[in-house]
Amino acid sequence: MNLLHIENLSIDLKTRSEPLSIVDRFSIRMGEGEALGIVGESGSGKSMLAMAIMGILSPKMTMKADYLSLDGEDLMKMEENDRQHYISSKASIIFQDPKSSLNPCFSIGSQLDETLSTHGIHTRSERKEKILSLLDSVGIYQPEKIISLFPHQLSGGMNQRVAIAIALACKPRLLIADEPTTALDVSIQSQILDLILELNKRDNVGIMLITHDFALLSENTDKIGVIYSGHMMEHAATKNILEDARHPYTRSLLNSVPQLGKRHTKGSRLYALDGQIPAIDKLPVGCRLGPRCPKAEKQCVNPPILHSIANHGKVRCHLADLKEQSSSKKNNHSVSGG
Amino acid sequence: MFYSISKQGINFLASFFVLTLFTFALANFFPEKLAFLYANQIDQSLMANHGTNYDLVEPNLFNSYLFYLQQLFDGNLGISSVRGTSVFSEFFTYFPATLELSIVALLFAIFLGVPLGILAARHKNQWQDKSVVSSTLIGYSMPIFWWAMLLVLFFSLWLGVSPVASRIGFEYDISPVTGFMLVDTLLSDQPYSLEAFKSALHHIVLPSVVLGTVPLAIITRSTRSSMISILNEDYIISAKARGLSPVTVLWKHALRNAALPLLTIIGLQVSTLITGSLITESIFAWPGAGKWLLEAVYRRDFPVIHGAILAIASFVILTHFILDLLMTYLDPKLRRKK
Repeated sequence: MNLLHIENLSIDLKTRSEPLSIVDRFSIRMGEGEALGIVGESGSGKSMLAMAIMGILSPKMTMKADYLSLDGEDLMKMEENDRQHYISSKASIIFQDPKSSLNPCFSIGSQLDETLSTHGIHTRSERKEKILSLLDSVGIYQPEKIISLFPHQLSGGMNQRVAIAIALACKPRLLIADEPTTALDVSIQSQILDLILELNKRDNVGIMLITHDFALLSENTDKIGVIYSGHMMEHAATKNILEDARHPYTRSLLNSVPQLGKRHTKGSRLYALDGQIPAIDKLPVGCRLGPRCPKAEKQCVNPPILHSIANHGKVRCHLADLKEQSSSKKNNHSVSGG
Repeated sequence: MFYSISKQGINFLASFFVLTLFTFALANFFPEKLAFLYANQIDQSLMANHGTNYDLVEPNLFNSYLFYLQQLFDGNLGISSVRGTSVFSEFFTYFPATLELSIVALLFAIFLGVPLGILAARHKNQWQDKSVVSSTLIGYSMPIFWWAMLLVLFFSLWLGVSPVASRIGFEYDISPVTGFMLVDTLLSDQPYSLEAFKSALHHIVLPSVVLGTVPLAIITRSTRSSMISILNEDYIISAKARGLSPVTVLWKHALRNAALPLLTIIGLQVSTLITGSLITESIFAWPGAGKWLLEAVYRRDFPVIHGAILAIASFVILTHFILDLLMTYLDPKLRRKK
């Protein structure tokens, strides 16, 4: 059974004239305990996707989907109130900035306590015990001392650990991490990432790791989905993507990862795709990458569809089926280091 | 906690002494000879009464300031030049009426303004928001005396549902205990105490609506603006994602954070209320400190003007002191030590 199964999810932004499409007919399946990486540049709609799954889109957005199931239940068929409670018992989200995702006016303990009582632990002593064990499980030393403290009294890394503890309080089957390490120091980044991945291995929690950093995903995920301008461009196993990316966009993302060592010689420029992601009210005709694509051809003015490629995964590109071994070999670099 | 209380206390005392310097200067440096005369008259008569050896005290500015302070702390604000009664006791006769009116007006402004502001913030840029914003603009810019006249014209003279003047119907005889008519009527052992309470309530509605209009507009607007920014914060979104009910999210998590800037605004409204009470009390023949001060100005009753300014200003400082303490309690960032 799929942990998460999305068919044709569209997210639109309401405007005065016609609604603008932010995510367009997005489909994905995620297995039980899978670690999925979602990668794409800013404005590609990856955070909106996370919000839509969690049911916390801003009222300015509308979402529709043919099918959106989480742990076997179709969310689109549920009543509004039931849905929010169901989602929160099955999935949790952690945000980029740990300081702003905790309420500054309430102590760590009370925020955890509140979440636990919403999710069915009703005796005070039981909750207290659970709080301590949760804080302990995210690697906080001496959790008793943390309980009465407020978010501003803790460091960024500590706050992110607390945010993860709160996310775990609902015993989620799916943990969505929206750029969980972007706002943290490099040394803390790997600790937090290790913590998230440990949850994945230990408790078989499905992880959706949203990031724009390919290096982060390369060693830690089972599959990678590449999003560009609200479209899924390529969805395949991490190994396939790293060794043989079929979509020009994926390849350019891989090439733009800075590396220490041999590739980076002094004075050389880091590869970057020309132009920028199209504004949602000025989408190009045909393939959304079209105007920026280094390999664009005449047929790219027709919108490509996401289709399966044998021994690889799904790709949305007209040119993906063509044997491009020479060029993909040339552009392909093994990305290492987390 | 103790540290911040003592810091606020020192602030309070410092502003009080600056205030006494100002009122002392008002009595001593005012070009009006009367003021000078009265201020010194009290000193000399009191000195004679107490048998102080006048020769030992050099009559310079510093000594007379010290003497002034001494008299203040003895509760002596001078004698009214018109009525010949003690200013201090007159103040305590009139001030509770003003306080009662201001408290009711402030409660009206808070209990209507905060929900209106939240409503506007939740429906930002929709018709609810637009009607709230435009009516607060009208409320804020309307001259208070004109607004009072309109209300009297409509509710008292045309509909005849509200009394025009005074605190209570003349048929009731209520002996003052606390000075608050709403409390005194209930405390009174007269057989008609309940009817008297209703009458007092009936009398306070219109003046408090008039007095509360400007604070209402300001409180509504600031609730709206701080709520709008807070509702977009990550901690509100993550509270929703955790499955907390919308009521808890809005009234606990969001309002608690909005309360901090709001409390400052409410504190500033205290002086608006006192200033407004001068006009409101005159219109509704409300026997309060505002009307008392205004009449003293007409009659050039300098000891009363002097005493009223000092007492009212001290009251404003005192409320700010109390609000600061409340802020310290509400904002965990201001709590230094447990």
